[in-house]
This record gives sequence, structure tokens and C-alpha cells, in this order.
Amino acid sequence: MTNVSATTAIGHAADARRVARRKSPTARGRLPVLILFLPPALLLFTIFVIMPMGEAAWYSLYRWDGYGLPEQFVGLRNFEVLFGNGAFLTALKNNFLIIVVSLLLQIPLAIWLAMMLANRIKGVIVFRLIFFLPYVLADVAAGLIWRFVYDGDYGLFAAVAGFLGVETPYVLADKDLAIYAVLAVVVWKYFGFHMMLFIAGLQSLDKSVLEAAEIDGATGWQKFRFVTLPLLGSTLRLSVFFAVVGSLQLFDMIMPLTGGGPFNSTQTMVTFLYNFGVTRMQVGLGSAVGVVLFVICVTLAFSYKRIFMRHD
Amino acid sequence: MTETGSSIRMSAGTKIYLYVSLTIIAAVVVVPLLTTALGGFKTLGDLRINPFGLPAEWQWSNYTDILFGDRYWRQMMNSLIIATLTVFLTVSVAAMAAFTFAHVRFFGSNFLLNYFLIGLMFPAATAILPLFIRIRDLGLLNTYWGVVLPQVAFGLGMSILLFRNYFRNLPEELFQAAFVDGCGYMRFFWHVTLPLSRPIIATVAIVSFVASWNSYILPLIMLNSESIYPWPLGIMVYRGEFGTEWQLVLAFITLTILPTIIVFFLAQKHIIAGLTAGAVKS
Repeated sequence: MTNVSATTAIGHAADARRVARRKSPTARGRLPVLILFLPPALLLFTIFVIMPMGEAAWYSLYRWDGYGLPEQFVGLRNFEVLFGNGAFLTALKNNFLIIVVSLLLQIPLAIWLAMMLANRIKGVIVFRLIFFLPYVLADVAAGLIWRFVYDGDYGLFAAVAGFLGVETPYVLADKDLAIYAVLAVVVWKYFGFHMMLFIAGLQSLDKSVLEAAEIDGATGWQKFRFVTLPLLGSTLRLSVFFAVVGSLQLFDMIMPLTGGGPFNSTQTMVTFLYNFGVTRMQVGLGSAVGVVLFVICVTLAFSYKRIFMRHD
Repeated sequence: MTETGSSIRMSAGTKIYLYVSLTIIAAVVVVPLLTTALGGFKTLGDLRINPFGLPAEWQWSNYTDILFGDRYWRQMMNSLIIATLTVFLTVSVAAMAAFTFAHVRFFGSNFLLNYFLIGLMFPAATAILPLFIRIRDLGLLNTYWGVVLPQVAFGLGMSILLFRNYFRNLPEELFQAAFVDGCGYMRFFWHVTLPLSRPIIATVAIVSFVASWNSYILPLIMLNSESIYPWPLGIMVYRGEFGTEWQLVLAFITLTILPTIIVFFLAQKHIIAGLTAGAVKS
């Protein structure tokens, strides 16, 4: 979760301006504190975040194996290669699919569970813990566990198939099915996090509005559709944002599950970057993927801010 | 559905519906984890016939062999060192920078804050190749620092934001009183701000610890000798080596995620609050 809310990032620009105008007391020793406190963060951030990003843009115009200096300028050739590459187009499509599933399956599931667990019934805490558990596990561990579950010879799928007397499916080896298997694991791993966001959102709701709706004779569904859901707006936007950002950088989980295969059918942008850019040291091509990912992230952040965050 | 005291009015039917739904979902979460842990106690043949149930014969040796070897402990140690360094650096560097943004007025303060917030917009993966070349040229390849420094750098945007928001909400009177008494910024930071900021320090520490403990792509690219691999890399190597001997792989997975699960259940309130508040509060 290093990458979080760019939307709030933009929101804070205005916030910062307000602070500057606020009159705050000044103490002596302003210069020493600036000289001591700012440079560590500034240097680290510049050297390891901003400069590499700039360099990615620069390298993406070269054909380069990473040694010496990039000299073979190829213009936009790397991007042409990229968008002509079937595996990369699959990766783009998969990233899009992951976003769609996150939005249409994972978030509704999370809301449904949050609504149930907002009830004061016995065992609420235990269920919350269980549902949140996959989120704290490493993606790699989750991927390996599911690699076993899907295993056609030893795993749970094999057992279930054997029990039903049907032929064992090798889901992860099937180029049409593998991506759906991956999607299931993504939902399994992350729904608990979104559920927690919604539980927090529900708990901060003004109960009197719901009581008023109830007195007016609203049914359960009406209360949810016209009162709860609109009031959960900001939580929903946050949840959508995390789902989208998380989907775009999916990598750790794919590697133990399929490594991008079979036949590149489960590549995402980042696994493509790794498999084609890093392992083959095609710095130019890999950097071009980075640039495409960067452009997508920034575009999404800004348009998201424009479309959804107007009210906040 | 969300009203308080609904348990009183809830009908038996609703209750059954709730518990059945919740139990089914919980089973989907728990069954793979339990099968993994139990699978580690089985023989390969047993696993093949009976992946769900209890082991026919408990093979403790699968686990003890790993626990008595040094491979497992070395990986855990490496992960712990990397995560501790990451947390320590992130908290101190981000808190200092955030303090200047929250309390010191200076020219370009807004601009600099927004500069850090750019970091929230894209993941480390976008710049992974130039990052690799930078770390290589700095001679940090295959060292802990080669992983720690980029991790800290990419965590800074979020951490600075969290710290700054918290610092600014501390009561204004404190500053006035302290500054009238002639307290300088540094002493104020050390003696007033930090002691009052324990909750947010905990949040930032938890977020960066969990991120570092589970991190895979940065170590994968920066490290190349197994002796300093953190566990997510080690577990992949182990799986590569033992291929289809699933019972050993399952035992290894279980042991590597065990610390996470134990700590999670012990400190669940803080961890859930930290990980979700980290998201919400920014």
C-alpha cells in the first residue's frame, strides 16, 4: 500500500494554501530546523522516486541493455513495439478486467458484508477478523496457497472434481480460465479491506436519519438505497479508488499463481514489465511500460478527482 | 438494516439468513488456510487422496525439519531487518519533514508539500528499471539498503501526509505557550509534538512494516543472493526447489505466514485501525 490516494493529494493543495494564510506563531531557529528536517526526505524522495520516473521517460526512447550509457536513440519505437505486442495488449485488457471485477463484484460484496456485520449480533468481531485476515497476508503467500487449491493433482479442485466424478480441471494451465482463477484470488484477498472501510463508514453514519426513514415506513431496501448508500458516498469513492490503484499494480499475486502464463494469458502491465523488461534487460521497452502505467495512473487520478471529488 | 438495537427486533429468519451467509463466506476464507496448515502434516500420498480432512498420520517432521534448519530463520531475520530499518527511517524522516510543513512557515512550503504528494500517484513498479540501475550504480545491489531506501522513498508521500494532518490538529495553544516561553522548534518537536503523536506514529509504523514485510517486487529486483532474501522471495525459491512436493511447500508456507497471523490476532485492533485509518485519514 505505498501508493495511496492521489485524489486526496490534489485535495490537499487547497488545504495547504489555507494553512499558509493562517497566522501561526513563529519561534526562533526557523532556518536550522528547515536545514535539518527537510533535506533527508527531500533527497530520498528525489533520488529514488522523482529521478527514476524522469529517467523512465528518458530511457523509454532508447534501445538499451542497461550497461554504459543509453546511446541508441529509437524515438517512439518502444511504444510502437509495445502496442503491437499481443502479450501487452492482453495485459492491458487484464488490468481493465481486474478493475471491472473489483468494482462490480468485490465492492458490492464488501458492502453487503459490512451491512450484515453492522448488526449487533453474536460473533460479529470474529467474522470481521476472519474476513480481514487475507488482507494482512502477503500476496505471494496468498498466491501460493491458491496455487495449491487450484492444483489439478493434489489441490482442493482435484478433490472436488474427484468427488463429483468429473474430469479434473487444470484451471491455471488453461489459457481461457486462468485469468478468472486469478480474479477469484484477488477478490478473496482484498474484499475484507473494503469491507472494513464500509464498516467504518457505516459506523460514522447519523443514526437519526435512518430512524426517521423507518418511521416514515421505508422498507429495508429503500432505506439502503435512498439513505445509507448516498450517505456512504465518500467511503464508496475511497474504496473505488483503492480498488483501481491496486488493480493497476497487481504483480506479487500473479507471479506464484501463473507467472503471467499460460501463453501470456494472465499478464498484467507489471508482470509484462518484469517478464519482458527486467528479466531480458530491455531497459527501453520496460521503461516504456512504466511510462504507460504512469500516464494511466496520473490520468485516472486527475479525472477521478474532477468527476467524483467535486463534493468533498 | 443498520439501526442500533436491531438484534432485538430481528426475526429468526433474518438471523438464520445472516449466519448462513456469513458462515459460507468465512468458510471460503478459512478452508484454503486450514488445508494449507493441515496439508503440511501429511504425506504426499495422503495429500493426494485426502486434501481436506485431517492427516491419516501426523507428519511432524515436515515442520520440524524446516524449524531446525537455518533457512527459515535466516529469511525471517532478513525480513525483520529490512522491515525494521524501513519503519525506523520512514517514521523519522517523514515526521521531521511533516513537522516543517505543519508548523514552520517558509517560502515554497506548499510547493514542496505537493512535490511529495506526487509520490502518491504512481506505484514503485512504474520506475522499477531506472531504480534498479540507480541502486546498481550506487553499489547497493544485493544489500539491505538497496531495498530499504526505495521502500522508504515510496512510502514518504503517504507518511508525510498522515503526520502533517495529525500535527496540525494538535491544539494551537501548545505552540503559543511553548514559543512564548522561548522554546525553539527542535525542542518543541522532540518534547511536545512527538510525545503527543504516539497514535499516528503507530499508524505509520504499522502501515510501513506490513508493506515491507510483505514486499516482493523490490527485493526480487534488487537482491540476488539467497542469503539475504526476505521470506517472500525465499518461499518462491523453496517452491521452485521442491516443485510438486506440496506437503513440504505447504508446511513452509504455513510457517512463514504464522508470525503474521499470530501478530494479527494479538494486535488486531491496532492493525485493523492502522491499516484502514491509514487509508481513510489521508
